[in-house]
Amino acid sequence: MTTHDTSETTTTTAAAPASGVGSTLRSRLQQLLAFASLIVIAAFFAVANPVFLTYGNIINVLFSTVVIGLLALGTTFVIITGGIDLSIGTGMALCAVMAGTFIVTWGIPLPLGVLLAVLFGGFLGFVNGFNVAKLGLPPFIATLATMLMAQGLALVISHSAPIYFSDTPGYLKLSTGNLIPGVNFPNAVLVLVLAVVVAAILLNRTVLGRYTFAIGSNEEATALSGINVRRWKIVIYTLAGLFTGLAGVMISARLGSAQPATGAGYELQAIAAVVIGGTSLAGGKGSIIGTVIGALIISVLNNGLQLMSIPQEWQNVILGAVILVAVYADMVRKRAASTT
Amino acid sequence: MSAAVSEQTAPSSTALLTVDGVSKAFPGVQALSDMHLELRHGEVLAVVGENGAGKSTLMKLLSGINQADSGHFLLDGVPFHADNPKEAMEQGISIIHQEFNLVPDLTVAQNLFLGREPRSRGWFTADRDLNRQAADLIDRLGLVLDPRAVVGTLTVAKQQMVEIARALSYDARVLIMDEPTAALNDAEVEVLHDLIRGFVSPRTGVIYISHRMDELKRISNRITVIRDGAYIDTLDTESTTMPQVISRMVGRAIDTSARPENVRADRPVVLSVEGLSTKHLLRDVSFELRQGEILGFAGLMGAGRTEVARALVGADPITAGRITVDGKEVRIPNAAKAAELGIGYLSEDRKHFGLLLDQTVSSNIALSSLGDKFSRQGFVDDRAIRREAERAVTRLGIKTPSVEQEVKNLSGGNQQKVVVGRWLAKDCDVLIVDEPTRGIDVGAKDEIYRLLNDLAAQGKSIIVISSELPEVLRLAHRVVVMSEGRVTGELGPDEATQESVMELATQRRSAPATVAEAEAEHPEGSPHDERGRA
Repeated sequence: MTTHDTSETTTTTAAAPASGVGSTLRSRLQQLLAFASLIVIAAFFAVANPVFLTYGNIINVLFSTVVIGLLALGTTFVIITGGIDLSIGTGMALCAVMAGTFIVTWGIPLPLGVLLAVLFGGFLGFVNGFNVAKLGLPPFIATLATMLMAQGLALVISHSAPIYFSDTPGYLKLSTGNLIPGVNFPNAVLVLVLAVVVAAILLNRTVLGRYTFAIGSNEEATALSGINVRRWKIVIYTLAGLFTGLAGVMISARLGSAQPATGAGYELQAIAAVVIGGTSLAGGKGSIIGTVIGALIISVLNNGLQLMSIPQEWQNVILGAVILVAVYADMVRKRAASTT
Repeated sequence: MSAAVSEQTAPSSTALLTVDGVSKAFPGVQALSDMHLELRHGEVLAVVGENGAGKSTLMKLLSGINQADSGHFLLDGVPFHADNPKEAMEQGISIIHQEFNLVPDLTVAQNLFLGREPRSRGWFTADRDLNRQAADLIDRLGLVLDPRAVVGTLTVAKQQMVEIARALSYDARVLIMDEPTAALNDAEVEVLHDLIRGFVSPRTGVIYISHRMDELKRISNRITVIRDGAYIDTLDTESTTMPQVISRMVGRAIDTSARPENVRADRPVVLSVEGLSTKHLLRDVSFELRQGEILGFAGLMGAGRTEVARALVGADPITAGRITVDGKEVRIPNAAKAAELGIGYLSEDRKHFGLLLDQTVSSNIALSSLGDKFSRQGFVDDRAIRREAERAVTRLGIKTPSVEQEVKNLSGGNQQKVVVGRWLAKDCDVLIVDEPTRGIDVGAKDEIYRLLNDLAAQGKSIIVISSELPEVLRLAHRVVVMSEGRVTGELGPDEATQESVMELATQRRSAPATVAEAEAEHPEGSPHDERGRA
């Protein structure tokens, strides 16, 4: 698509046309590379253990991606704005406890209880957004505070005991049930797929998504362009909170109980997924597909290493190494591109 | 330390510091070309010039921050060379920059001896020695400073004294001061001048860079004028008048053929500002902007022109004042409100406050209008964005291979046009353009000028803020001149000349003497009704 003849384009900087093409290619390559490493890792495990590629195991991998995936989807938006959300792990546990409180303790009907738990997550996100956007706290500090408060509140509200959903088997079906009877495709995976689609549409097709990128790219310029940056930041953190709420419902449905003490550590796994997927912590760049691939890499690693009977402790060591390699490779690519 | 001391030391006619044919180019700019300058023993030499005349470059070369491309410096006839500021200081050349080089959280004594602290037993600092040496130095200079005071808690004037004390502690022979009085009140200026007079001796000299003509009269022996990176003239202060200095400062002939002729007094007022004040700088700023008019804002660095723009679009809070848009009084708490009212701001710093560099031309053009024009129920209409971007590319003559090109790959002039395109897409009627041609090459400047003229002819109202006088004079129907946060005058097309603007721009406030007094005169919430007082 060229609107100008060549004599005009030559007056722009000489490098312009070349690097323009290069940059779109580069961003495709970047996703391709994350995707390629996923394939390589999967191929490795497939060779190491034939079980890996069976339908049942693939569903296992997807099933174990659900919680991290949901958290990572929401936090992708926050990270693209140049922020960070540390509260999603313990926030998820608190939302699970709230689901238990609503449904088990208070006896609120299941659909409404689930909705309230998700909205509660949105409320946590709103608090983060308010503290970041209105009070001007650094996102790291604001969400660290929420993380600690959520951790404490989950224990306080549940009296430090798990809340079991024994009387509401429907709740468990949200995760482990199959929409089509007899076909092994758990609802949890369906929820994740839908969440991915919604997140991708929000980020790529809506004003919210455009502002997310704009804020991360240049917050001052965006504000001076007449965009109410503060308001949109609150919206974005609230959105991340809704995903946290959904993750809280899905994890407690899977376990059959709300475990108040779990949650811490999930936020770092989610952030790892986002970063492996090529989203920049500096903001302005990122994609939902990248995050999905990042989350899949993490669960493929965990699953494959388990199949190879490698202890959990070593799995973390390997995951850490993968993060290093992935992010370093990304930096090298960018540096190579910028020195031209 | 009194004035009497210095009166005994009459300047000699021998050269202490000589700048001989020095040239320096930065990418795209010849900052200095064949510069000459001579500082004599025992004198205060004032160096004056417009914004961008080359004063700062000269300072940077002398202090070893940058290296000259050609030419030499002589100190007492001996070639002098410094690779960095420390070497320059050690050879006797000390510079007081406009921006202080102090660590605010350390004490006066710690700052004075930063990097050469007295030590005891290797790694340990000897605080008692440090404070004693600092006290000695302060006494010797006749200053009133507590060595143990934390620098950040001192007034600007005292901080400057710390800077000067540090410079003098290196046994400086040449002291160079860049706009030393910009932040001082009259009493503090006097103290500073006493300090300078005390410093000057038959073996030392001072280069005093300033815009304040009245001060030059009081402190300097001679005045050297530079313009466009070149030496113009040196005048004896006593036998020179201010207009003579100014005429040499602005001297270049400008193309007035393109100047707008028609004054638009009959047009409706679209924007009116009365008594605008901000916490730090602006005091009682008032002006009117008419439909289809280009209103120029002139003034020296720090006069408050950009601050007016930022206050207008809600980027900085205002403490007093009334803003009226199309006859209705409005409150503008943020740029979102300003955009809603049809006021668009194009920052002087496009890269930081204007563009999303990593994003495409079309994204940048759409940014301000995403929420209304380019979306339905929150969903972005990419086809509409593309259409608008392509229209803007054609209308504004943006040179880009495609609207999907990333903005960082465009030249400065085309980047500027992209920001203009953004506000046109938003249907803004008032554009505030801050330094429209900064960082834009000469050829593209004309294009920007023509574009702004066209927009005004189409009925847009434009405020042009510029440090380049010829630019303001060429573009503006009327010129508002600012100095030290105040409007010092407004000139119609027949009155605005480089000389008349310069004269207003260099006016130093007589009263109030301090910011505190100024604030007392302008208690919050009782705005604007004191017009005419100033």
